[in-house]
Amino acid sequence: MVNALIRYSKVLEIRGDIIRIQVPKRLVEQGNGPRFGELAVVEDQPSFLSLAQVIDLRMESVTLQLFQGTKGLSTDASVRFLGHPMGVTYSENILGRVFRGNGSPIDGGPDLSQEPRVPLGGPSANPMRRKLPSNMIRTDVPMIDLFNCLVESQKIPIFSVAGEPYNAFISRIGIQADSDIVVFGGLGLIFDDYHFFRTSLEEAGVFSRTVMFINQASDPVVERLLVPDMALTVAEHFAVNEGKRVLVLLTDMTAFADGLKEVGVSMDQVPSNRGYMGDLYTQLATHYEKACNFAQGGSVTILGVTTMPGNDVTHPVPDNTGYITEGQFYLHNGVIDPFGSLSRLKQLVIGKVTREDHGQLMNTLIRFYSGAKEAEQKQAMAFELSNFDHKLLKFGGLFRERFMDINVSMPLENALDLGWQTLAECFDAGELLMKQALIDKYFVQ
Amino acid sequence: MNAQHNPARIIAVQESFVTIRMADSNARPLMKNEMVEICPQQGSAEYPVRLKAEIMRVNGKEAHAQVFENTRGVGIGDPVVQTGQMLSVSLGPGLLGQVYDGLQNPLEELAVQYGTFLPRGAEESALDRKRSWSFVPIVQVGTRLKAGDVIGTVQEGRLAHKIMVPFDQPGEVVVTWIQQGAFTIDMAVAHLKDEKGREQTMTLSQKWPVRRPLPTHMLEKNLCKRLYPSEPLITTQRIIDTFFPIAQGGTACIPGPFGAGKTVLQHLMAKYSTADIVIVIACGERAGEVVEIITEFPKLTDPRGGGSLMDRTIIICNTSSMPVAAREASIFTGITLGEYYRQMGFNVLILADSTSRWAQAMREMSGRLEEIPGEEAFPAYLDSSIKSVYERAGIIQSRDGDIGALTLVGTVSPAGGNFDEPVTQSTLGTVKSFLGLSADRAYKRFYPAIDPLLSWSRYLEQLAPWFTKKFSGNWDKQVGALLALLQEGDRVNQMMQVTGEEGINLDDFVTFLKARLLDDAYLQQDAFDPVDASCSLARQEVVFNLIYKLVNRTYTFADKDAARHHFITVTGLFKNLNYAGEKSPDYDSLLSQLEQIAADS
Repeated sequence: MVNALIRYSKVLEIRGDIIRIQVPKRLVEQGNGPRFGELAVVEDQPSFLSLAQVIDLRMESVTLQLFQGTKGLSTDASVRFLGHPMGVTYSENILGRVFRGNGSPIDGGPDLSQEPRVPLGGPSANPMRRKLPSNMIRTDVPMIDLFNCLVESQKIPIFSVAGEPYNAFISRIGIQADSDIVVFGGLGLIFDDYHFFRTSLEEAGVFSRTVMFINQASDPVVERLLVPDMALTVAEHFAVNEGKRVLVLLTDMTAFADGLKEVGVSMDQVPSNRGYMGDLYTQLATHYEKACNFAQGGSVTILGVTTMPGNDVTHPVPDNTGYITEGQFYLHNGVIDPFGSLSRLKQLVIGKVTREDHGQLMNTLIRFYSGAKEAEQKQAMAFELSNFDHKLLKFGGLFRERFMDINVSMPLENALDLGWQTLAECFDAGELLMKQALIDKYFVQ
Repeated sequence: MNAQHNPARIIAVQESFVTIRMADSNARPLMKNEMVEICPQQGSAEYPVRLKAEIMRVNGKEAHAQVFENTRGVGIGDPVVQTGQMLSVSLGPGLLGQVYDGLQNPLEELAVQYGTFLPRGAEESALDRKRSWSFVPIVQVGTRLKAGDVIGTVQEGRLAHKIMVPFDQPGEVVVTWIQQGAFTIDMAVAHLKDEKGREQTMTLSQKWPVRRPLPTHMLEKNLCKRLYPSEPLITTQRIIDTFFPIAQGGTACIPGPFGAGKTVLQHLMAKYSTADIVIVIACGERAGEVVEIITEFPKLTDPRGGGSLMDRTIIICNTSSMPVAAREASIFTGITLGEYYRQMGFNVLILADSTSRWAQAMREMSGRLEEIPGEEAFPAYLDSSIKSVYERAGIIQSRDGDIGALTLVGTVSPAGGNFDEPVTQSTLGTVKSFLGLSADRAYKRFYPAIDPLLSWSRYLEQLAPWFTKKFSGNWDKQVGALLALLQEGDRVNQMMQVTGEEGINLDDFVTFLKARLLDDAYLQQDAFDPVDASCSLARQEVVFNLIYKLVNRTYTFADKDAARHHFITVTGLFKNLNYAGEKSPDYDSLLSQLEQIAADS
């Protein structure tokens, strides 16, 4: 390409992560000017080198966003346009590898620069070529499998608060879930967390079917915004081209939203709510909507972490996320909250691909646990407790210990059996209010 | 490309926003809201694409245009073709049963043509050009006609689809030629001559710009007239039809936080409402919900009889990952199709999910135009835009006497579930029925989670003559009395929160239990139960009268436990009654048991 050889060196402005350069009018008039979204290399003495992307085109100037930031950049810098948009390496060889937000490997493994690349983003899937989800993803976490099943092609966040063990939890799901490929996107991770994820995936032996895209807290913020794009583009290609069932883990999407805010402000955009730009919903939705059950191909499932600043679910990030995703898991005080959590797709699998008693047992356990919470309140206020209240209190204790502890791990069938056993330890058959046929079959006192 | 004019050129690109400049010589004039097509000259190896855009602002020889696609690969100097047309939809037989994107591209055709993904700039004809329709004229040569007059019909499914003179036809025309037979949508079926002697050809289809209400011209010339809504749209949801009715040709909104069941409620209305045609506009929502409709509806039968549910449904699908500008347009696309069928005398229901996403799309575009932002960065014209959208609903009587209705129900997704935000507030100032969903009721699994203490319908009064004529003379007073009971029950409940059960007297406690019975047995309805999902108006009358008697009879209880026990039993019976199919033995026995209880005192 002609313009790949030309160096532009007239820098007009450097601000935030953005530079503006002058482009000769002659070149533009020939139709050889830079194009929107095109990738460029910015170089400067002594050793400054960064990829950049065209974000604004004018008659005689081009604005570029630098992936590595502009610290130390001078007006002597030169820009070379590459003639293609940002892409990500995609081939079988990326499995077991770790990349940073600009797409280069950081694990010291073999060079991948000759591997094929695919452009980021890409068009959205035609709803007519999507399939209604029907497969459950087993995670062996009873609070998920039993009460709010994760369904293939679902997009669902874990709403949590700083300090909760959400990273340990999401890595456990990545390890235990039955998927073909795990794509991990880490946004703004501190080094310790990165190290934890990498070693736990390695030790569990799933690293050979994992790709990691990591933006560490010390990396530039522009790269952070690319991580979900890279993770999802790779996942989508594995699903469509290879028919794989891909699980994408993203942590933490609040850091992504904050990155958007930072970049938006530096570009003088008008914020709409608590400093976030008006397009926050669209930005989050275009990423989460990549979760898809392809009629021809595999599927992409997205499990994300959204930390709620100040444990406030009406904060713009969890609020917009909740409108986009198909349910949410609340992780509070080290347990998955059985009441606020919701999987909107669970009725597609419960009782259909799982055991017949699943639906009724789930509702009964929740009903009794809610009763137990009320009994506990009565107890705390020193009100008089009935006989049934004492049964509920016993049940509440057992329920927390056997199901709610996030370290509990067991297959769904065992969890169902344990559910019946717990009911039997606390209640009489007449108190269950369930279908008699199920009681006859499963309830053993 | 139009050979007589030199194309305009791109002079700036920012995200999905471009600035274009007219050619220096022989240029075509720039028009606001004109559709233009950008032809990126090079850059990517993709097939040659044409990106559609709409001109939002004209400034001298320059114009700002919003592109309906991603602008990647667009460069300075790329040619821009001006179409001279505003954003328009094709109207004609074959719209029913289709799934369109926001610009009326049929998604199935795109899938056949391009596969799994929706490539940029892909375009397909909205109506099937190969299919032929049997046209039956109802006018002869020499008949004098005006805008909107019917020249004949084609059979589209179970509906007689009227072919009408263009809706903006000035003056009178006379038929000079008309033919019966099978035609595709592009073939001439009639020739018309206007007052100046100019001939024009009519086909089965015509175009209409979406941003202009379709009957504008005809209303101005008194060729059709708007009527006052006086009949309810039956949704078969008890809480709506009885307590917060929606009029045919009326407007309603359903605001609610996420997880409160907006979409399930809209799907129920799409399935069971007594409309001739239902248009579902999935505007910036999840693609999975559209997939559910597409998978489910063809398997269900139309409650009006004849064919599957899909045959009466049109889906406009612009999900959240599809381009924002097309999302803004999608509401207008759907409404224009609705207005077209209304003009034929059909009863059309439009369900827009969600108008907040549409308003947000407007906000994004306004931000890029660097307009001065109003509250929460929404543009200052938010309120008037919302009003003008809902005002396109209504009842129209055309010249042939047929009456068509367009009912518009929009969901609103307020940020943080807070109804004080601008979109909810502007919508509430416009609609006449407000079905507010509450997180609290959803949390308790009280579905539909419409909060009876919050919601209102101004149609309750407007439709009272219809209801009192249909049912009993004091239907509206009975409804009012039960709404008052709910208020009273809530008051007692709040008191109990403070004082505990022991702090209130038995009478108040019974009031609380009555309100609870009304809520559990009548207001709540199980969307996933095959029987309870839909409750016909006749059945509503029966259960309503029953529950009215139950809460108005006198009770004497020994203590609160006895009262509680009684009402739990009645609630249980009532719930089973709701689950029992009409005319089943269970239904009859439960009904007579409850009648017995109501008669005791």
